[in-house]
Amino acid sequence: MSVEDVSNPQGTGLQQSSTLLRVAGLKVHFPVKKGLFSAVKAHVKAVDGVSFTIEPGETLGLVGESGCGKSTLGRAIVKLVRPTAGTIQFEENDVSLLAGGQMKAVRRGMQMIFQDPVNSLNPRMTVEEIIGEALDIHRLAGSAQARRNRVRELLKAVGLNEAHAERYPHEFSGGQRQRVGIARALAVEPKLIICDEPVSALDVSVQAQIINLLQDLQRDRSLAYLFIAHDLAVVKHISRRIMVMYLGKIVELAPAQIVIERPLHPYTQALISAVPEVDPESKRQRILLSGDVPSPINPPSGCPFHPRCPVAEARCKVERPALREISPGHWAACHLA
Amino acid sequence: MSHLVEINDLQLEFVSDSGPIRVLDGVSLSIRAGESLCLVGESGSGKSVTALSLARLIPTPPARYTKGSICINGSNVLKMSSGELRAIRGGVISYIFQEPGASLNPVFRVGRQIKESLKLHRPEAANDAEVIRLLKLVGIPAPEQRLHNYPFELSGGMQQRVMIAMALASQPKLLVADEPTTALDVTIQAQILDLLRDLKQQLGMSILLITHNLSIIGDLADRVAVMYAGQVVEEASARDLLKRPFHPYTRALMHSIPQLSGGSERLPAISGTVPAPGQFPSGCRFYPRCPSARPECEKTAPDLMEIEANRWVRCAYARELIEEEYS
Repeated sequence: MSVEDVSNPQGTGLQQSSTLLRVAGLKVHFPVKKGLFSAVKAHVKAVDGVSFTIEPGETLGLVGESGCGKSTLGRAIVKLVRPTAGTIQFEENDVSLLAGGQMKAVRRGMQMIFQDPVNSLNPRMTVEEIIGEALDIHRLAGSAQARRNRVRELLKAVGLNEAHAERYPHEFSGGQRQRVGIARALAVEPKLIICDEPVSALDVSVQAQIINLLQDLQRDRSLAYLFIAHDLAVVKHISRRIMVMYLGKIVELAPAQIVIERPLHPYTQALISAVPEVDPESKRQRILLSGDVPSPINPPSGCPFHPRCPVAEARCKVERPALREISPGHWAACHLA
Repeated sequence: MSHLVEINDLQLEFVSDSGPIRVLDGVSLSIRAGESLCLVGESGSGKSVTALSLARLIPTPPARYTKGSICINGSNVLKMSSGELRAIRGGVISYIFQEPGASLNPVFRVGRQIKESLKLHRPEAANDAEVIRLLKLVGIPAPEQRLHNYPFELSGGMQQRVMIAMALASQPKLLVADEPTTALDVTIQAQILDLLRDLKQQLGMSILLITHNLSIIGDLADRVAVMYAGQVVEEASARDLLKRPFHPYTRALMHSIPQLSGGSERLPAISGTVPAPGQFPSGCRFYPRCPSARPECEKTAPDLMEIEANRWVRCAYARELIEEEYS
């Protein structure tokens, strides 16, 4: 598949020129080998022809089950994994063509926060060193005093205090550690933050604090987020638009409210119906999907969802549905939509 | 109906270099035959140690039960010999855990692992036919082939089903499920919860479900106990609790979870963090984070009181707060 025949879902009602991130036909394939020296046997198509845009100050939610490629997609955008094909345009630059110093300059514009704040903070560095390192790499602090002040300013911005600068990650609770991770990402004043499951490792009562913090920071600094999570309720709460992934492909993309209330793709419908609700009165009809997500090494023919789809027809087995704009701003990859 | 499990005023401490750390303080719970109880709480609330205590799975030392009793069918587990405990473990109480991949032995085929449980508890039934029946019971397709699989060949959802089959092999009276769906995707979570509900009805066994996720309790639980900082702070029928939570902690927790049906207005988050064991505040343990705290809450520790029939709340001002909230 060439880049040309990949449809290119746009953000709703915004000028094309203002687009912050434009991903087109992105593929990330990992080779599978049997044994150490033998030839490549197959490819895991973790991300397989994905196109979307993110506007400045927008939150795009990305949901899907484990193994659907959502984290790989996030990592490919900041080039933590190398894309196999496709383009990633961030502002004026095509990230996929950049290397070395040029890439470093672009990285200032996009940062990442991770699911597990324990493993993403160096245990042997104090918080001041962790946040300061980001400032040093991009030469953002002129003097030692400026660096000190900036670190404390960032700590305050994420709801910590000056005294925390001297401490090590192990002295913090999970929620506080995630705040440190956010402060590190903010240090270089990015325009886009890739949030990879930022609240799923946190206690329920702390999740809401971090979600509120992310929203406050977005408002104050006009940040854009790519918010990756498996919890649909959290994603719906924070996102303007939601993108649903299945086996490396986008199956639905629309404004958040519409995805939840009028989902078009049967997979999205099943995903939403499986979300448990606190309200005991809510009697949503549950669509139980049989089986598991198939292997991305050898995805099913035709529509990748057809073996689990409750409404699949004969053509779903042979014909792969393209991502089409069904109604303005609402994209779905289903023959029956 | 008689009580299968009765925990009374249980107090548990862990010995540490800096003195004993009390992780459970006055926990009382009961489970009837055929009933499902859900223990809800955040990390460090004591829900898992309570569940593990039922079959004395917490090593003593370093732990020490300083007060209270745990009665299974009327006999106190804390006073049992190791022989009696062996009969309880598996025979009366079976466990499944959060990470099925970590609980299964990676080097044995799953059929053999299930058979091992059968050999121990029902040697007369330790054959392939019974293993296949169990795998079928937990909804594994093509069980004749699956029993020859190694755990790594199965998905997370299938591994959890194998764990459940293994737990059921001994025909327990109580299945303790400690965060059984936390590591699974929502669509698989829905499958496993459905399975547990079916099994409870089919086999008439009791279930103790441990979870941090308030949203899943409506699916499975008859009754719910909410734990915070080593204590039960509220106990009620699942329906009542979800409809009208009484304790300020339960209420705040429920409001702080984003809902699919909700808007995107700011979440009413609970301030502060969950206190670590050993650093529980004096007085009411929730008062530093409580939106309705009063000065007296810092001084006096409230008791668990029956506010309405079968509704227990550990809050000195529960009655007033309920009137404010629900009148």
